[in-house]
Amino acid sequence: MYSYSDFDEAFVRARVAQFSQQVERRLDGSLTEDEFRPLRLMNGLYLQLHAYMLRVAIPYGSLSPRQMRQLAHIADTWDKGYGHFTTRQNIQFNWPKLPDVPAILSALADVQMHAIQTSGNCVRNVTADHFAGAAADEIADPRPYAELLRQWSTDHPEFQFLPRKFKIAITGSPNDRAVTKAHDIGLRMVRNAVGEPGFEVIVGGGLGRTPMIGVTVRDFLPEADLLPYVEAILSVYNTLGRRDNKYKARIKITVHETGKEAITEMIEARFAELRPQFGGADQKLLAEIRQAFAPPAFRNAPTDAYDAFYRADPVFRAWADTNLTRHRNDQYAIVTISLKAHGKTPGDATSEQMRLIADLAERYGHSDLRISHEQNVILPHVHKSDLPALHAQLVKAGLGTANVGLLSDIIACPGMDYCALATARSIPVAQELATHFEALKLEHEIGPLKIKISGCINACGHHHVGNIGILGLDRAGVENYQITLGGDGTEDAVIGEKTGPGFAYDEIVPAIERILRAYLDLRLEPAETFLQTFRRVGMEPFKAALYETERTQDAA
Amino acid sequence: MSRRFTPKIVTANRLREGDVVYLTADDRWSPFHHEAELIEDEAHAQMRLLFANAQKLTVVGAYLADARPGPNGPEPTHFREAFRTRGPSNYPHGKQADLAN
Repeated sequence: MYSYSDFDEAFVRARVAQFSQQVERRLDGSLTEDEFRPLRLMNGLYLQLHAYMLRVAIPYGSLSPRQMRQLAHIADTWDKGYGHFTTRQNIQFNWPKLPDVPAILSALADVQMHAIQTSGNCVRNVTADHFAGAAADEIADPRPYAELLRQWSTDHPEFQFLPRKFKIAITGSPNDRAVTKAHDIGLRMVRNAVGEPGFEVIVGGGLGRTPMIGVTVRDFLPEADLLPYVEAILSVYNTLGRRDNKYKARIKITVHETGKEAITEMIEARFAELRPQFGGADQKLLAEIRQAFAPPAFRNAPTDAYDAFYRADPVFRAWADTNLTRHRNDQYAIVTISLKAHGKTPGDATSEQMRLIADLAERYGHSDLRISHEQNVILPHVHKSDLPALHAQLVKAGLGTANVGLLSDIIACPGMDYCALATARSIPVAQELATHFEALKLEHEIGPLKIKISGCINACGHHHVGNIGILGLDRAGVENYQITLGGDGTEDAVIGEKTGPGFAYDEIVPAIERILRAYLDLRLEPAETFLQTFRRVGMEPFKAALYETERTQDAA
Repeated sequence: MSRRFTPKIVTANRLREGDVVYLTADDRWSPFHHEAELIEDEAHAQMRLLFANAQKLTVVGAYLADARPGPNGPEPTHFREAFRTRGPSNYPHGKQADLAN
């Protein structure tokens, strides 16, 4: 794992000192709220519905056990004993008090963490494949590149006042688990004709008010060109981006208005200017960073105990079938710890759970932890012989839910339970969907399904790329939920299609049930997933199931 | 003819704690929506908002929210404001817990 250099350490400490003084000046009246707001946002501090909220970056989703314990300590000392992991691999504390925030930032700095650039019109936390360094399908570990991008973008003087926020995602695998096509810049590792690794560069993806799938501006970028090329993209955007209209300020609009060919030419022209200025220092730094991400010393031991346990214990088997992913080392598995226990808040972990996860990572997981954009925790390297013991301890702590990739593994934004921008609640909809289908015992029969819920048009819950997307709106003073179907956040990214009129809060769960019962009737065989069925039969049969039943009920 | 003015209350968050508060007729900031001053006149509403915005060391983000008279005092008319009187629905946190007694 990357460890701060003296420069990083000094920079983060200096920022804590600076913000501590700014808080002091706000509290004594020397700064007005208008003056203070941009300063607090630069440090991840929002004012939400019921309280302040502090958003802390977890760079490319990587955490050490020590950092996880410190997050637990912060939750206990200055918050309400829990934290919320987000779709951007951040953690949010929902109840900090303004005078305590400097102490929290200082506690974060103690474990090489910060909240810098988690808000504002700058390059945000760079997100990455949560299986980085472990996945069997990986070309190269994306984290060294993500760390290079983090260092380059942190306090970059040219990019502190971009037209709008800017999100970069990176994956080292051809199978995209980082939703790269829905980011301002998506970097997808590929190999060229002679087998060298490089990046497909995707620009102008994004969800929100105007959802768009990014366009590929370079099919193959040699890895040595990464930084100058990304800088060229930012530079073109910084010049062209619409500062006159907040709703047209993201790079997706710039790409759309400029046209793929014209913007590609501008990026290439700027790249030609910038490339010679990168004299190789970036590559030297990358080589150093790479050493920090060397694979752990994998154990060589028999896995028979795992196989025997798998055959003997149906509860363990169910968990292994859903929550494990193939590791590059056959003796190992990637473990996803579900933060989606039925009826609980998606992405929330109590301080006790955080401490247990930290202990388990040390005992069984080579001290490596990841947070996924799907709001779960990953132990990327667990020897298979340790899985039965690990599972038993997870179950005891309420962390053994066997539902990863299934219906109740729902992404949900905080919605109107916390967020000042929200137009409706998301969390209780996720809770009710999970408990409803759990009671019906349909979840495993339905199989792989991604439901994603956003409580407003800004789409933090990624609803556009959910197989079933739910968007909460305010329709004439009442919560109303719009459904989209067929969205997909993988390398074949697709924006979901709206079904039609939305549903009231107490109608949304029955509406989803109608869609899923229609799917069970329509699928050719149990192995055909919801998304495959939707792609085969299209929207009409689902619309019929959704709305005709309703009409029949109205007529009765 | 201009639209009829719907009654309002002034609400904000406390600067230090972030808690939701309401401006009372006697210039206090109360945690209770029903203690808020129900403002029936547009000009008076603007005056009260100006007064609230001047309390820079006490509150932040003051605004006018729709309300209606109720048996115990003003009640919120929109669900967002109703949520702000209680706290989140997924945990017993916020006002619903802090002010339970």
